[in-house]
Amino acid sequence: MGKLIVNGLSAGAVKVNSEEKNRPHGRQRFQPLNIERGIEFLLKLSAATAILAIILITIFIFARGIPLIFKTGLIDFIFNLKWSPTHGSYGIAAMLVGSLVVTLSSLIWAVPLGISGAIFMAEIAPPRIGNMLGRMVELLAGIPSVVFGFFGLIVIVPFIRTHLGGNGMSVLAGAIILGIMILPTIISISRDSILSVPAEYKEGSLALGATHMQSIKGVILPAARSGIITAIILGMGRAIGETMAVVMVTGNSTMIPGSILSPVRTMTSNIVLEMGYASGDHQAALFATGAVLFIFIVILNLVVNISIKAGKNYAN
Amino acid sequence: MSQLKLKSENIKVFYKDFQALYDVNMDIEENRVTALIGPSGCGKSTFLRTINRLNELIEGTRTEGQIYLDERPIYEKDRDVVELRKKVGMVFQKPSVFPMSIYENVAYGPRIHGIKDRNRLSEIVERSLKAANLWNEISDRLNSPAARLSGGQQQRLVIARVLAVEPEVILMDEPASALDPISTSRLEDLIAELKKNYTIVIVTHNMQQAARISDYTGFFLNGQLVEFSCTDELFVNPRDKRTEDYITGRFG
Ligand SMILES: Nc1ncnc2c1ncn2[C@@H]1O[C@H](COP(=O)(O)OP(=O)(O)O)[C@@H](O)[C@H]1O
Ligand SMILES: [Mg+2]
Repeated sequence: MGKLIVNGLSAGAVKVNSEEKNRPHGRQRFQPLNIERGIEFLLKLSAATAILAIILITIFIFARGIPLIFKTGLIDFIFNLKWSPTHGSYGIAAMLVGSLVVTLSSLIWAVPLGISGAIFMAEIAPPRIGNMLGRMVELLAGIPSVVFGFFGLIVIVPFIRTHLGGNGMSVLAGAIILGIMILPTIISISRDSILSVPAEYKEGSLALGATHMQSIKGVILPAARSGIITAIILGMGRAIGETMAVVMVTGNSTMIPGSILSPVRTMTSNIVLEMGYASGDHQAALFATGAVLFIFIVILNLVVNISIKAGKNYAN
Repeated sequence: MSQLKLKSENIKVFYKDFQALYDVNMDIEENRVTALIGPSGCGKSTFLRTINRLNELIEGTRTEGQIYLDERPIYEKDRDVVELRKKVGMVFQKPSVFPMSIYENVAYGPRIHGIKDRNRLSEIVERSLKAANLWNEISDRLNSPAARLSGGQQQRLVIARVLAVEPEVILMDEPASALDPISTSRLEDLIAELKKNYTIVIVTHNMQQAARISDYTGFFLNGQLVEFSCTDELFVNPRDKRTEDYITGRFG
């Protein structure tokens, strides 16, 4: 779900860009007007198709889910801890908390590590090695999530079970696997934004007698800030929307986890685990979970955006 | 005759296999403006950047020869580059204000060098902006983003940022090339004032500007310092045929 929204937005943005690029020269010089118009039309059509698809899916999810929310009551649906479809009790509080806990605990370690890695690749490593590492990280982003989940199940879960206790299927296992999965996103986008900071900033800082580290902290990171924040938001979107790997390692119990070693179920897991056999109200409740997830992601994005703006004002 | 501030001795610079400077020898006097002129690509910026050792940031650069600042060699194993760059400030061609407020831009240097006291920082910021003839225009919006200033104001802000670390020498690399005539003339006035307290080395490809503001002028061509003398002499009575051709506009 998270991925869907993010991809849709960026695809739209790319299309707008290429549209603009095509405009200035083509029309006046070598291209007949109607070919130009045709290309423009095709670009608009594909942008419109992408957006329409997203809108239709959204409408469908809400249309199927909202009646059930009305039936149980919004407050009850969100704050009720009891998810028990066989007894007609649909409360997703545990899963809501589960999504939040697993996502945040993956961000807590992956964000600092990813940004540090990006700084290393963009600023500290020799350019050739930095580029090579960057390309390797991008490759990592292409590994299917089921592979990560499988790795977690075979390696991480038993490790936690023997060394830390519990049965291993836990918040911690989810946080570790999700963190690994979002690292490539965070590293690549942060690295790109650090690399695109104008060289003048760095030279200006060094020429004032700043050391390389002081220049990174004082000028380069502040200049790359919006890109780094985009990296975090996209990473967060991927973490919260990830399903397969999480289902495989978190144990999926429908209770609020008592510690990081307890099992947990996220909203996405909830949908994928039960959709195979759900029908009627139960199925509607899964769609409603999707709708809540959707709103949840929108709110998270807003909160991050607002806190960035607040931080910016404070910095100045 | 004024005191010798900088002395360049047989400076050669290589970018990988390409030699950009050939044995540049130049004596730069204290509290004077020294202008470097010549067609583009002839090594003016390269020479300027040897003085604060900024060239060595580019991978594959090699510098031979020596530059003395107050008779102390700057190309020495244990020479502290931070201390050198604190003494030798630099203003770039493109006004490179940092993406932060006006105040933060000026306070950046002093902060780097360990000044934390707020009152002292404010004092330095005010003094530097006044010295750069910018204070009157912006004193009421110190906290607004520096990027909102005009090009001329940005360039004076960069100068204020340099002044804030109390340098002795200021290097300027075509500081007026992106400015309109009015901003340019304000910048030239500022340079005339600054030379009372600082030694200034300025690259310009505008010969009128060099003639207006400098005491000494060096003419570079293809990596060589063809001629170096008093500005009046160089423009009125060039010794070298190539200098004459250049200043009379026959090439470049
Ligand atoms: N980073 C670099 N790598 C390789 N060659 C360079 C680099 N910077 C400058 N050069 C070359 O050195 C010569 C002198 O350049 P520069 O000092 O910038 O000239 P100027 O400032 O007089 O226009 C030019 O031929 C230029 O192409
Ligand atoms: Mg130059």
